[in-house]
Amino acid sequence: MCLAIPMEVVSIEDNVANVEVGGVKNQVRLDIVDQVPAVGDFVIVHAGFALRCLDRQEGLETLKLFQDGLGLELIK
Amino acid sequence: MSLSNEFRDPDLCRNLLEQIQHLADTPFRFMEVCGTHTVSIFQSGIKSLLPENISHLSGPGCPVCVTHDSEVNTFLALAKEDVLLVTFGDLMRVPGSRGKTLKAAQADGARVNVVYSAFDALQLALANPSQNVVFLAVGFETTAPTVAATLKVAAQQQVDNFFVLPMHKLVPPALQALASDPEIRVDGLLLPGHVSTIIGLEPYMFLAGDYNIPAVISGFEPLDILQSILILLRMHKEKSSAVINNYKRAVADQGNPRAMEVMQEVFKPVNTAWRGLGDIPASGLSLREKYQNFDAREKFNPAPLHTESNPGCKCGQVLKGKILPPQCPLFASVCTPAEPVGPCMVSTEGSCAAFFKYSL
Amino acid sequence: MSEKVLLDYGSGGKASQRLIRDIFLKHLGNPGLNRLDDAALIQDISGPLAVSTDTFTIFPLFFPGGDIGSLAVHGTVNDVAMLGAEPRYLSCAFLLEEGLDMQDLDRIAASMGRAAAECGVQVITGDTKVVPRGAADKMFINTTGIGKVIADPAPSGSRAEPGDAVLISGTLGDHGLAILTYRQGLKFETDIQSDSQALNSLTSRLIREVGDVHVLRDPTRGGLATTLNEIASQSGCEILLQEDQVPVRREVQGGCSFLGLDPLYLANEGKFICILPEDLTIKALEVMRSHPAGRDAALIGHVREGQKGRVVLRTSLGGHRLLDMLEGEQLPRIC
Repeated sequence: MCLAIPMEVVSIEDNVANVEVGGVKNQVRLDIVDQVPAVGDFVIVHAGFALRCLDRQEGLETLKLFQDGLGLELIK
Repeated sequence: MSLSNEFRDPDLCRNLLEQIQHLADTPFRFMEVCGTHTVSIFQSGIKSLLPENISHLSGPGCPVCVTHDSEVNTFLALAKEDVLLVTFGDLMRVPGSRGKTLKAAQADGARVNVVYSAFDALQLALANPSQNVVFLAVGFETTAPTVAATLKVAAQQQVDNFFVLPMHKLVPPALQALASDPEIRVDGLLLPGHVSTIIGLEPYMFLAGDYNIPAVISGFEPLDILQSILILLRMHKEKSSAVINNYKRAVADQGNPRAMEVMQEVFKPVNTAWRGLGDIPASGLSLREKYQNFDAREKFNPAPLHTESNPGCKCGQVLKGKILPPQCPLFASVCTPAEPVGPCMVSTEGSCAAFFKYSL
Repeated sequence: MSEKVLLDYGSGGKASQRLIRDIFLKHLGNPGLNRLDDAALIQDISGPLAVSTDTFTIFPLFFPGGDIGSLAVHGTVNDVAMLGAEPRYLSCAFLLEEGLDMQDLDRIAASMGRAAAECGVQVITGDTKVVPRGAADKMFINTTGIGKVIADPAPSGSRAEPGDAVLISGTLGDHGLAILTYRQGLKFETDIQSDSQALNSLTSRLIREVGDVHVLRDPTRGGLATTLNEIASQSGCEILLQEDQVPVRREVQGGCSFLGLDPLYLANEGKFICILPEDLTIKALEVMRSHPAGRDAALIGHVREGQKGRVVLRTSLGGHRLLDMLEGEQLPRIC
C-alpha cells in the first residue's frame, strides 16, 4: 500500500534533502526520519518524505547469505 | 547503490523458488495485506511461478480500497464547495454512492489537483492565500506521519486556509479483526514493509502470540517476497509461529519512534468503518483538539449522499481471503476496473483489480 | 502586429491576412501555400495514398525536446509513415484562444517550419480561427497529412502473423515522463527530453531495404502495452513480450519507480513498433540501428497463436502475466 523507494541523498539544506534515483532528482522532507542521513546515504522515500535511512550493511549481509545459498538462515 | 536491483536478481530468485517448490508438499495459504505486495507478486511473475500447493490471498491492504463509501461521499460533497481539493492520484477513481467519482466531479467543474505529497498541498495553500485548500488524507501508518508533519508546519506558520479530511487507517487493528474471525484460514501473513518502517515489530506480536499465525515483515522486491514466503513455509511445516522482520535494511525492530511521535501528536485513534470489513475499533485516525481547526468536516460541514451498499458485492469475503476474486459473481462481468462496484476492484492494488489486470 | 492574438485575427479580414503573412507564410511558406487559394492543388502523386489526421492539445505548449508545433508535424508525418507511405503534404488548422501570446505563436510556427523542412513535407493549406478567451486552452492544432504509399501490401495492424518478430525502434516512456515533469503538483527534475521526431525516413528505408514489413505503428497514448494490445486484437493473435528486452532509459525507470508509473504505458512520440517475418529481424535491426532515429532498436517479442487479442509479458524472473491495455490516465500514486 505504500510505494516507497530508496533514493540517494545528494545534499541537505535544513529540513530538506535533495535526493536522486536514476538521474531523477527531487526534494524530500526530513521531518519524520529517525536519523538524519549523510550525503551519500540512501533514504526510503514515501510521498515526499524520507521515512528512514536504508541500512545498506544489513542489505548486503542478506544478499551475501543468498549468494552463499543460505537464504533461510536469516531467521534468528 | 540502493540494492533494489540486487534484490531482483533472477538467479537468486530461481534458487529460492526451487527451495519453495521443495518445501511445498502440502497445501499452504498465505495472505499479504499490502497492495504493493499484491502488485509486486503479480507484476514480477511470482504468482505464475509459485507451486500449485501455495495459495496466495490478498487482504485489505490498500488504504484507498478500504476508504468507506461515506468517506468518499464526504469528499465528493466537499468538491461542490468553493475549495481546491488536493489529493493523491489514487483517489480519483474511487466510486462513492451511485458510482460517482472525483474524476467525474472534476469533469463537472470541481477544482481538483493531484499531488504526490501532503506537503505539496500545504504549499498550494500558501501560494493561494485567498483560496481554501482541502487535502484528502488517506494512507496507513506510512503516510499518516507525513500528513501529521505537514500539519505541524501549517500550525507553526498559522496557515488559515489549509484543511485536511482525515481518512487514515491503521493496519494492526485490521489484522486483529482478520485473525479473530473464525472463518479465516490463513497459514501465514506477509506483513507490509513500509508500514513497518514506522510501527516496527511489536504491534504484530499478537498474531503469533494469540493466534499462532506466522507472520513476516517483507520488502517488495522479488527476492524479498520469495524469501519471506520461504520463511513462512518453513514455520508452517515446523508448526511454529513467530513474527519475523525480513526487511532489516529498511525496518528496525523498534520502528521509527520519531515518526510515531509526530503522528501521535497530531492524530488520535478512533473507531472507523472500513469498506468491505465494517467497523473496526480504534482503526482510524482523527485530529486531536489542538489541530481541530484544520479539520475540513468542522470547517465546511459537508452533506454527503446517503451510503447504499451493493448486495451483490462480495468484497468483504475477498478482503478476508474467503474467496478468490474470480469466485465473486460480479467479477469481470458487472464489476471491472472501468466500472468498479467494490473496493477490491477500485484501486490498481485491490485484489480483484490485480487479478483482472494481470491474470492469464 | 499586436502582442496578443485578438479575435480580429480570426475574422478573415485584413488582420487575418497580416497574421497569415507575418507568421504562417514566413515560417511555413512554399509555392503551394503561398498561392493562398481555398484548397491546394496536388498533381504530383499517383497511386495509393495514405491520409491521416490528428489534433494536438498538449500542456505545456513548450516542453523539453519539442513544442505543440513540432509535435503536430511529427505526429501526423509518423501516422502517414506507419502505413508504409512517404508523407508529402500537410494541412494545418489552428484554433487559437484570444489573448494567446503572439511571440509564442511565432515560435511555434517557426518550430513547425523547421520540423516540416527536416522531414521533407510541406504545409500546403491551412486555416486559422480565434475563439474568445476561455473557449480553448491557448492553442489546438490539427494537421492532416497525405503521403504516397510505397509498400505493397501496406503494413497494417491486422497483418501480424504467428512467428513474426516484434521490434521496437528505441527507448520507451521518454515523452510521457518529460511531459509529467511539468504537471502541476509534481516537482521533480530530470534531463529526460521528449523523443518527438519524424520517423518517415527510417520507415521508408525499412520498406525499401528489408521488404515485407507486416505492421508499423507508433505507441503514442497508452504506450507500448496499449498499442500491442490493439495490434493483437486487430490481427487475431497473441503477442509475447520479453520484459528484459524492452529498452527503457535509466532516468525513465527512476522517474517511474518514484511516481508509481509503468513505462510500458507512457506515451512515445518518436518510436515505432515493427512486426515482420522472423527471418528479416537481423536485417531490420541493422537498418534501424544505423539511423539516428533507431539507435536503440531492439527485438522485444514474438507473435504467436495463443489467445486472440492478448499480450503476455514474460517477466525478468521468467514468470508470465497479462499485459493489459491502459484503462484510463495513469496518475501518480502513493499506494
